[in-house]
Amino acid sequence: MPVKATHTKEQIWDYIREVTDPEIPVLNIIEMGIARSVDIDKSGKVLVKITPTYSGCPAMSAIENMVREKLEEKQVSDFEVKLDFSEAWTTDWMTEDAKAKLKDYGIAPPEKSGNDDDFLNSLSATKIVPCPFCDSFETELQSQFGSTACKSQYFCNSCHQPFEHFKCI
Amino acid sequence: MSTETLTKNDAFITYLLRLADDRLILGQRMAEWCGHGPVLEEDLAMANMSLDLIGHASALYTYASELEGSGLDDDYFAYFRDDYEFTNLQLCELPKGDFAFTMARQFLFSSFSYFQYQILKNATDEQFKGMINKHLKEIKYHLRHSRDWVLRLGDGTEESHKRIQDAFDELWMYIGEFFHSDEIDEIMLREGNGADLSSFKDEWKTMIEETFKEATLTVPDWDQFMMTGSRKGMHTEHLGHILTQLQFLRRSHPDADWK
Repeated sequence: MPVKATHTKEQIWDYIREVTDPEIPVLNIIEMGIARSVDIDKSGKVLVKITPTYSGCPAMSAIENMVREKLEEKQVSDFEVKLDFSEAWTTDWMTEDAKAKLKDYGIAPPEKSGNDDDFLNSLSATKIVPCPFCDSFETELQSQFGSTACKSQYFCNSCHQPFEHFKCI
Repeated sequence: MSTETLTKNDAFITYLLRLADDRLILGQRMAEWCGHGPVLEEDLAMANMSLDLIGHASALYTYASELEGSGLDDDYFAYFRDDYEFTNLQLCELPKGDFAFTMARQFLFSSFSYFQYQILKNATDEQFKGMINKHLKEIKYHLRHSRDWVLRLGDGTEESHKRIQDAFDELWMYIGEFFHSDEIDEIMLREGNGADLSSFKDEWKTMIEETFKEATLTVPDWDQFMMTGSRKGMHTEHLGHILTQLQFLRRSHPDADWK
């Protein structure tokens, strides 16, 4: 149809909801806290702002392209996807729902980020990450860095499973 | 646009490039460990930190290109400048050496960045401030990781102790540059986007000395000869070599596009 489609903000958010994180496909980019804002100006141009999780995350440009493709697929003709750095991404932006999905997927979700003044000594000494498989607290840190920038490696001494923990930042 | 505004803008661009060059070159050096780490966990750790550093560089270059305003992008700054145009600290370009050398350098650089970013995180420019706050979270991880290794190697076996002590002795003449300040720093400071380097020097030295003490290491002479010049484009012979590896592919295919 030659009629130019118009889209509401709510519709744009619905479209974006269909874009999932390529490395954690159970979560969409709204649940991840990656999609930050949608604005439509007077001319009808849509501006979507997204922010990276970790600075070096290789999924970021993939996500940017996926948002573009999604908007094109939904016939949004005039739009811009912009990387925004004005606020630093934090795991606190992940919804409770998202954290539950992460756990079901086998990744121990991040806890609430707190004061990290004692960060030099804190990680291995004091933090207990429950096993996403058996909920045991008998787990130990294997490495502060895992398969992606956002995860660290743990081992569960109860069910003898290695698992990943979404680092809390 | 008045000359005054141009100067501020130029200073900002130069400042962003200095920060970015440090991180690109150090990230590239660290990436040389990919597939060669002493154990799998450390291989992953170094690849991760390398990604973080290159990610920081990319964001800073992109912002510099926005301020520059003539359509250059982050790739231009990374791939199409020559060695004398790079302003990274000489410390960042030194060959990776053994694992102890890499961790010693990472500890010196991360601890310096940590204190510098503690100040920059209150910058007046919103985008810059946002980036710094984001990068600072990751720098804390890098600092904790490298500090753990300094303690473990220093207070480890005779061999590990010797290697990390040798590494610090060799690196020492490159740390003087951390605290060099010039007109760019002064302009940035005046504009509320810089850091007074002298303001945290003592705190940084204390962190180094306390860590060395716990690691049973000897602190080299703070007043020994120190190298200078990298912020003006003067480098060791190693920068040219690392740039050949970093830039060769992109220069062979200058019109290639990721998208």
